[in-house]
Parts: sequence; C-alpha cells; structure tokens
Amino acid sequence: VAIGYYFVLSGLIFCIGLTGVLLRRNAIVLFMCIELMLNSVNLTLAAAARMWAGPDGHVFVFFVIVVAAAEVVIGLALIVNLFFRRGTVDVDVPQLLRY
Amino acid sequence: VELLLAVEQGAVHANEVVTTSTGVIGLAWLIPVVPLLGFLVVLATTRTLRERTAFIAIGASAIALLLSVLVTVQVVGSPATYVRPMPTWLDVGGFTVTFDLFIDQLTAVMLLVVTGVGFLVHVYSIGYMHGDPRYGRFFAYLNLFLASMLILVLGANLLTLFLGWELVGLSSYLLIGFWFEKAEYASAAKKAFITNRVGDVSFMIAMFLAFATFGTLDFLDLIENAPALASGTAFVLVLLLLGGAAAKSAQIPLYVWLPDAMAGPTPVSALIHAATMVTAGVYLTVRMSPILVQSLDAMVIIAWIGALTAILAALIAVRQDDVKKILAYSTVSQLGYMFIGVGVGAFREGIFHLVTHAFFKGLLFLAAGSVMHAMANRTDLWGMGGLRKVMPITFWTSVAGWLAISGVFPFAGFFSKDQILTEAYNHGFLAIWIVGLLGAVITAFYMSRWFFLIFLGERRFGDEIHPHESPASMTVPLIVLGVLSLTGGLLNPVHSGPLFNFLAPVVGPIEELAFEPAGALPEFALIGIAALAGLLGILLAYLAYVRRDVSQGRMVEPIRGPFAELAERKFFVDELYETVFTRAGGRFAEALVWFDTRVIDGAVNGAGALSMGVGRVGRRVQTGLVRGYVAGLVVGALVLVGVLLVQVR
Repeated sequence: VAIGYYFVLSGLIFCIGLTGVLLRRNAIVLFMCIELMLNSVNLTLAAAARMWAGPDGHVFVFFVIVVAAAEVVIGLALIVNLFFRRGTVDVDVPQLLRY
Repeated sequence: VELLLAVEQGAVHANEVVTTSTGVIGLAWLIPVVPLLGFLVVLATTRTLRERTAFIAIGASAIALLLSVLVTVQVVGSPATYVRPMPTWLDVGGFTVTFDLFIDQLTAVMLLVVTGVGFLVHVYSIGYMHGDPRYGRFFAYLNLFLASMLILVLGANLLTLFLGWELVGLSSYLLIGFWFEKAEYASAAKKAFITNRVGDVSFMIAMFLAFATFGTLDFLDLIENAPALASGTAFVLVLLLLGGAAAKSAQIPLYVWLPDAMAGPTPVSALIHAATMVTAGVYLTVRMSPILVQSLDAMVIIAWIGALTAILAALIAVRQDDVKKILAYSTVSQLGYMFIGVGVGAFREGIFHLVTHAFFKGLLFLAAGSVMHAMANRTDLWGMGGLRKVMPITFWTSVAGWLAISGVFPFAGFFSKDQILTEAYNHGFLAIWIVGLLGAVITAFYMSRWFFLIFLGERRFGDEIHPHESPASMTVPLIVLGVLSLTGGLLNPVHSGPLFNFLAPVVGPIEELAFEPAGALPEFALIGIAALAGLLGILLAYLAYVRRDVSQGRMVEPIRGPFAELAERKFFVDELYETVFTRAGGRFAEALVWFDTRVIDGAVNGAGALSMGVGRVGRRVQTGLVRGYVAGLVVGALVLVGVLLVQVR
C-alpha cells in the first residue's frame, strides 16, 4: 500500500473528528471526536516513521498515547462533575466564563 | 631683570598664607558661633526671662565684637592671609568644601564693621523695641543675622560664603516681616526674598562655572589661578557674580526690594539694609577682584550699573516723603557709588566708602528711628519740623550724618566719595565721573531736605504728639556713630592712606590694566569740585525748604512738574516689573496649568480610556461557548498552515 493512502485516511479521520467537535453539543461525543483527531495524528506519525525507517515517529506516538490517557482522566472527571452539578452534558450550557 | 622686577612687584601685593589653629586666629570660629548660640538661647529663654533676654543677645554680639577686634589686631600686627582649618562640610567625589575660615585684611575690616554696627544696633534696640510683644524674638533674629553675616565674611570658599549669603537673606526676610500682622509688611518680606532668589540663581551658576573652570571654590585657589583665566570666561563669570551682587546690594535691575524692606523695625533697616547685609555684594566683588581685573569689559558694566543706580535712586529720593524711604533710596544710591568704585578699579576706595557709609547711614537710620520713636511712629516728613530743640542729641548726631553723606569736609563721606570719583576720573571714566558728581549734588540736596524738614522750621504737627528725646540706650549708639561719621575719614584721609595700604595685598592688580586719566585736572581740583558739589546741593535745598518756610509760613513741596511727579512715582519701575514679570509670569503659569490639565492629564486619562475601550470591544470574544473557542482555534491553525504553505512555496 502506498504511503499516500495512510495520509489521506488520517486526514479524513481528522476532519471527521474536527467536524464532530465543532458541530456536536454532547460532551461525551465531543470527547470521542477529540480522541479521533488524536489518533488520526498517531496514524500519520506511525506511517511517516515507517516511511523514513526511523524511531522518531514511534516515540511521538507513545507520547501522544500517554498524554491522551492523562487527558481522558481529567476530561471524564470534568464531564462527571458537570453532570452532577448541572444535570446535563451539553457543552453550551455552562457559560459562566463570559463577559 | 624684568622678570625679577615683576616678581618683586608681585611680592608687594601677595599676602603670605599662614595656616594656623592657635592663638587668636584659632579662636576666630567663635565669632559666628557665639551669636548663633545666642540666637538659640534667646529663643529658648524669651518666655521665661522676658525683656531681660536681650542682654544675652547683646552679650553675644559684644563677644563677637571683642574677638573681631582681637583678630584685627593680629592682622594689623602681622599682615597675612590666615586660614583657620575647620571640619569638612562636603566631600563628594573629589569636590571638598570645608568650613575653613579665611582671614585677611578685607575680612578684618568687614568683621569690625559688622560686629561694631551690630553691637550698637543691639544696644539701640533695647530702647527702640521696648514693649514690643515679640521683644525676645527680635533679639534672637538680630543674633541670627549677625551669625549669618559673619559666616558670609569668614568663609574660605564661595560655597560657605553662599551659605552665609542665604542665611542673611533668611534673617532679612524674618526681620522685614517682623510685624507680619500687616499684610503689606509680610509681602514686603516676600518681595525681598524673591528678588534675592533671582540673584542667587545667578550666583549659583557663577559657582558652577567657577568650579568647572578651576575645579575648586576655595578663595586661595581662585585668586592664585585667576590670571590664567580666559577673558571670555572671566567676562561671563564676573557678570554672573554681578547678578548675585546686584540682588543683595540692591543695584539696577534688582534694587526694588530694598525700599520696601523699610517695613522692618528701624534698627533692622540700620543694621541689615544700610550698614552690613546690603554691602555683601560689594564685599563679594572686591573679594573676587583678582578675577574682575581679568575682564575690563565686565568692570565697565559694573561701573555703569553703579552709576545708573546711584543717579536713579538719588532722583527718586528727592521726592519721597517718608523719613525711612528717603534713607532707603539713599542707601541704594550710595551702594551705587561703591559699585562705581569696584567697576572703575577703585576696590579699596569702594571698601572705604562701605565703611564710612556703614557709619553715617547706620547713624541716619538710627536717628530716623529716634525721631519716629518721639513722633509716635509717624514717618511723614511734612508732619514734622522744629525737632531741633526737643531732641538735641538726635539733632546734633544727625548733623554729623547729614554732613557726612553730603560729602562736606571733614566728615567721613567726603573722603570716601571723593576718592571714588577721583579714581573714576584718573582711570579714564569721564562720563561716570560726571554722573557721580551729579549724583553727589542730588544726594546733598535730598539729605538736606530730609534734615531741614525734620529738624528745622516750625513744628507742623498737632498738640496730640509730645516729642521727647530718646532714652540713653538709643542716644549712646547715636553719639558713637556720630563721632565715627565725623572722624571716619581719618582711616584714609589722603589717597594712599592707612586703610588703602592695609588693603593693598588683598585686591586685584589694577595697575596691570594701565588706565589713562580722563583729563589733566590735578587731584586738588577734583577734590575741590567734589566738595563744591556737596555744598551746592545743600545750598539749593536751603533755598527751597528753609528760606521759603520763613517767607510763606505754610509748608508745601516747592519743586513741582512732570519730572518731579515721575520721581515721586519711582519712575514706574515697580509697575513695569509688575507688568513684565509678575503678570507675564502669571500668564505663563496659567498656560502651564492649561498644559498640565489638558495635555498631561489628557494623555494619562486617554491611556486609561483607551484600554477601557479596547476591553469593552475585546471582551465580546469571551462568549463562554467552548465550541466557539474551538472554531477560533481551527481558524487560527488554518491561517498558520496557510502562511507556512505560502512561505514554503
């Protein structure tokens, strides 16, 4: 399989994720879309690592996975708290930090 | 051979410098310190001791006088420039100023005049100030003045001199405004202080220039290095010093404060505004005479300022009706003669006139105070007359003062004024000589008018006033000064008399300037002309004010006309200054206020308003919608990617 296809695929996944983040209001869905975007990037990095036959891309992927894991913990905690306080997971509802 | 000759001539002039901390010179620091302590003690005890506190002040001035006499005996006995080392005042990066005392022949003369007249005025004030609610404070201020003036005279560098210079200004301010309940008197004090500040600025710049040029302010170094001075620097330096001197010594254009300073008690007028403080400018210029002689142009300016001041003030004095105002303008005029002396290179004659003037003008002021004391503080000449019989001592001492200032032989003023004018002639200043002679006629005229209207003729006041001779504390100083006014000429009766030779080592080398006489008139002719000028003035005044008195019975001012009117209004100089400086200054201040409130405050407030406005618009971005922020992020990322792409291509 040519390397270009990997990039196209990851680009598509990224755009799907991005669209989801912009359009959806459910925090869980939003969160999953962010994961989608992160993993599309991971795919790109892994593909590129293969292309140049070096370890750099793989190292980056591991970092992203570790950071994403930490981010999941904080993000889910936020969402749970939001649900307990407001009874909703709609991201448009909490608007305290505005002018 | 020529070099040897020059060295020999220099040796005649140069004083040996003796640095000593022993003997009489070692004690000289007490001369200013004792009156300073007197000032503090009198202030502290004025409530408990009441009027007895005066004796502390008088004691302090007597000790200062005694020490001054001892110092003078030392300087006369073994002439030299004595330097008494004292603690350091400032030591900043190579700039060192000490409180060292500088005692030479000129210092000795000044010390005697200041402490002598100072002591007499202290004694006189016992009677004059009796019953005043602030009696003690008056004596404290007198002591403060004495200490300040002595610091001025004794300082060994320009900065110490300036310290005394400012302190006498302060004492003068405090004493002019002594009766500050009257708003007029308080503002006279302010006028004196502010006018002097103008001169002080000039003096300070002079010090900066002196320091930049010489790297020191010590008199010894200044005098030693003066001959190496560039003529342009010397010219500027002398003019700046003149600016300071003109304010303190009431010369054109800064003389306007002195007549108003008559608001102070009369002993103050005698001591500060006639005999001592106002001569500080003359002292300064003579002290700096080695620098003066480096710039003949500047000296000519000094001479002309003196001449114009002498004639202008004399003209104004002719039409004043206040016994003290006449004397005030007369003082301005006589100080003008001293400046003529300095300007034409007659430094020693200028100092001689300073001394005799201290005698006769101090006397005249004290006599005026005695008259006011007798006349229930009235000062109008036209409300007096015939006081000759009721106040014999004041009358006879006034005769001495009047004849001395009019320049009648053998009174003191005759010698000193004549010698200044003779020198002006011999040094080629013909126009100044003529102006000076004219001034001498007018001086004799207005002083005779003063004298005749007070003491001669019929009494022109009502029965409610009972004039009487003053107490002994006032008449004794009058008698002492009267005798000095009569005999003061003996200090220097001929042109190179004792005082002249005594002062020779301390003045600048005027013979280097090679003056040419203005004409061929011999010395005795010059003396004769000067003597006639005085007599002419007296004769004119006699015809105008004594003869008419007899014939008309009623006294009116016989000299009228537009010019007399102009003199009466003091040539509108005060009004001119009011318009040019006070009003214009006010306008300038208003413009600055406008600039401050509009431009400066505007800039500050504008900066605040700007950030408020930006915030008001900018906070719209904060919507609180997470997805909005994400959208912004995406747009930003796209822009960055776009920029990168463009750059790569």
